[in-house]
Amino acid sequence: MADTAAVPEVRQLDSIIVRFAGDSGDGMQLTGDRFTNASAVFGNDLSTLPEFPAEIRAPQGTLAGVSAFQVQVSDHDITTPGDAPNVLIAMNPAALKKELHRLEPGGTIIVNEDAFEDRNLAKAGYDETPLEDGSLDAYTMFKVPMTSLTKEVCKDIGVKPRDAERSKNFFALGLVSWLYTRPVEPTLDWIKAKFGRQELVAAANTAAFNAGHAFGETAEYFDVTYEVRPAKLQPGVYTNINGNTALSWGLIAAGQLAKLPIFLGSYPITPASDILHELSKHKNFGVRTLQAEDEIAAVGSALGAAYGGHLGITATSGPGIALKGETIGLAVSLELPLIVIDIQRGGPSTGLPTKTEASDLLMAMYGRHGESPIPIVAAYTASQCFHAAIEAARIALKYRTPVMLLSDGYLANGTEPWRLPDVESLDEIDVQFATATNAVDAEGNAVFHPYVRDPETLARPWAIPGTPELMHRIGGIEKEDGTGNISYDPENHQRMTDLRAAKIAGIANDIPPTMMAGDVDDADLLVLGWGSTWGSITSGMKRARAEGNKVAHAHLTHINPFPADLGDVLARYPRVIVPEMNMGQLSKLVRAEFLVDATAVTKVKGQPFTAAEIHEAILENIDD
Amino acid sequence: MTDIVVPETTKADWTSDQEPRWCPGCGDYSILTALQMMMPDLGLRREDTVFISGIGCAARFPYYMNTYGIHSIHGRSPAIATGLAMARPDLNIFVIGGDGDMLSIGGNHLIHSLRRNVNLTILLFNNQIYGLTKGQYSPTSEIGKITKSTPIGSLDEPFNPVSVALGAEASFVARTHDMDRAHMQEMMRRAFEHQGSSLVEVFQNCNVFNDGAFAAITKKANRDEMLIPLRQGEQIRFGADNEHGVVFGADGRATVVDVADVDESQILVHDESRRDASLAFALSRLSSGPYEPTPVGIFRAVDRPEYAAEASKQLAFAQEQSGPADLRALLHSHQTWEV
Ligand code: SF4
Repeated sequence: MADTAAVPEVRQLDSIIVRFAGDSGDGMQLTGDRFTNASAVFGNDLSTLPEFPAEIRAPQGTLAGVSAFQVQVSDHDITTPGDAPNVLIAMNPAALKKELHRLEPGGTIIVNEDAFEDRNLAKAGYDETPLEDGSLDAYTMFKVPMTSLTKEVCKDIGVKPRDAERSKNFFALGLVSWLYTRPVEPTLDWIKAKFGRQELVAAANTAAFNAGHAFGETAEYFDVTYEVRPAKLQPGVYTNINGNTALSWGLIAAGQLAKLPIFLGSYPITPASDILHELSKHKNFGVRTLQAEDEIAAVGSALGAAYGGHLGITATSGPGIALKGETIGLAVSLELPLIVIDIQRGGPSTGLPTKTEASDLLMAMYGRHGESPIPIVAAYTASQCFHAAIEAARIALKYRTPVMLLSDGYLANGTEPWRLPDVESLDEIDVQFATATNAVDAEGNAVFHPYVRDPETLARPWAIPGTPELMHRIGGIEKEDGTGNISYDPENHQRMTDLRAAKIAGIANDIPPTMMAGDVDDADLLVLGWGSTWGSITSGMKRARAEGNKVAHAHLTHINPFPADLGDVLARYPRVIVPEMNMGQLSKLVRAEFLVDATAVTKVKGQPFTAAEIHEAILENIDD
Repeated sequence: MTDIVVPETTKADWTSDQEPRWCPGCGDYSILTALQMMMPDLGLRREDTVFISGIGCAARFPYYMNTYGIHSIHGRSPAIATGLAMARPDLNIFVIGGDGDMLSIGGNHLIHSLRRNVNLTILLFNNQIYGLTKGQYSPTSEIGKITKSTPIGSLDEPFNPVSVALGAEASFVARTHDMDRAHMQEMMRRAFEHQGSSLVEVFQNCNVFNDGAFAAITKKANRDEMLIPLRQGEQIRFGADNEHGVVFGADGRATVVDVADVDESQILVHDESRRDASLAFALSRLSSGPYEPTPVGIFRAVDRPEYAAEASKQLAFAQEQSGPADLRALLHSHQTWEV
């Protein structure tokens, strides 16, 4: 058959943005994930944005049930999943209706024609089929009867039509893989490995994938295919990774680097549960996990484990942080190391559980009663979550303090290629437990005082149960400086409050200077970012600079304390804008701290900034 | 463990340098003394022993023990202790709290630590009142309790802590009172020796805000008639001449009878080791408050896998399956490619 088909032109592109959309039950996340993986193995740079409804099974065929996966594949370094997709794969009318507005003008639509029947059209709110009424004339559309073609090929291998239908996403994947000249082996290998034991399922998926690929090749339907050459990435071994996995591995690495066993107390919550799942898989690293009865027990158990000499961790999202506040305050008072992870999502209340937002910054900063400062570390790309986790552990262990590690739904689920670090290159984390008495009582006996501080870090000794002679009692009531005995003395409370604040403030001297990019020396405008906006800011700034604008980008990996040079950095530029996925939380902090006229650029739509939005914000603010 | 020499200790060794600050006459003193006197008998090292508490009068306890200790926050002690017990199965962990701490704000943590069967010795000082906040009714206060927060009387049905614990699948549940040191010590010792979560309810007099709450059953003169001692393998009988007994009625309830009125073979023989908790539960329902004959002793003591030990086994299993920790292998465990 192949020799009868005209050989389509192969067009080179420097990047493509593909969006797979379908019903929640259509397997779009998996399809996107496989397309991504094949591209990763091919050597492209890439960035992904999975988007799915909060309901596990929203009514089939409805707008509410649409699940989508966007990926940008590129031959050069990219930092975002792209703004407007070039191609939209719509598996049903609802997906088309919900996602069409994102598609670039004149973009390509590939629909599963079979799904466009009356019932599905009605569910999506179409009076008549948009495939025939001319409403899509501005786009390039390919109508492919994916369901029936899939059933057709599956019939031959003895798969029932109902079961065969479930493989239609592999048909779509095969077709798109052909269209974008993706290698097929990674997908075929994966099917074999994943469904090996369920022979019929493996056979059906393989057949559907091959049929989709062959359809592209032979249908004389597509007159062009596309190729995105491998990116010139730094040499090394790469893996495709999402933020929650990278973060979990970072925690495991931190345990290894500190030579401490890990304890995770966690309560299931979207989008943080995958950290509990991932860590639970790696008990051979001495990782203990407890699925606690609630968020409060989750952090409490982690704190208990920390008292016992483990690296105590709790992972949650905003609602969980709200519940953990009192215990985090106890950890501030006990001065024990603890990692508190907030994978932020839309709020308030249940908000948008599956959508990203970065609106917990002020809660991380101030969400406890009393004066209870804690360090805040913010991850900024999916793969960098690995290093952010190690950094959070380093600070927690060195300064004996709870540390808030902020990530968000976008980083958690989005993937990118990660050049694997050389394990040997990771710095060890030096942890010394107290082993000897450190004071003398009135009678001249050697005693242990739990609040005698290291003069440099102001950290107190970590004396774990089981250590002879160091028995001590600590608690949430204010403690006497040094002895740690209960004290209600006013002067002592002021001193202890000052000491706790000074300990956290002093960390500024132990973290890297502000991370800078762009026209650092002579910019007319500074874009100050934190967290997952890094990718959009990097891309948006690139466009603005390409047009001749002088723009610099400062990105915060540590928010409490700020890097020591941040005040100088902010003072250097005539204008400062702060793009944030909240209503202006970092901008409030820097305005308060540095009296700088920083302008917040805000977005809370459950989606990351696009590069275009950042570009636009730069232009708007650089001119006026 | 056998090769570790545990030095002999005395009560003084277990007593910290901090002065207890309870109200004079508070039942907490007698519990503290009983425990400090008993500790040397347990053959423990002080540095391997941890007392964890929440908030309340009882929760000051750890400060007075010369061991490791955390005076934490309201209600959370079982959760904190669970983390410590999982991290450090080698430690001896006691959890101390009152009825408000453990049954109200911390009720969730209490029931879950009991069902998990974490190796914790939990001592619940029940005084049926909030002491530290100066006298509000508690989750164990009787209906109609007049307090500052319930001037016309409380409306809430009280918890029966033993029933709660049994309902939460506790493997060890006992009850004692602050007027009987020897009995307290026996209950605490048995609770400590039990592998898993053990709960001891201690009737404790708050002489400031709820004085005499238990006097009707714990005063020396009343004990014979009002306390029903549970003794393993013995008939459940009480009274100055053991003239009362407990039978299991046709209506499915445990009932107090005069032995003279029934066939003696009908009197229940106590068996704390019954797997099924329903009889223990029935005994816990014998009295609905400290004004009726009330069982004291061990309601239930059954063997069940201990949580932290099981968790440790999973770690060993994972190491067997996946080999020892290898960070490089972990990072390369997904599909990789070389550039
Ligand atoms: S208020 Fe009651 S329970 Fe608290 S110390 Fe005083 S007497 Fe004891």
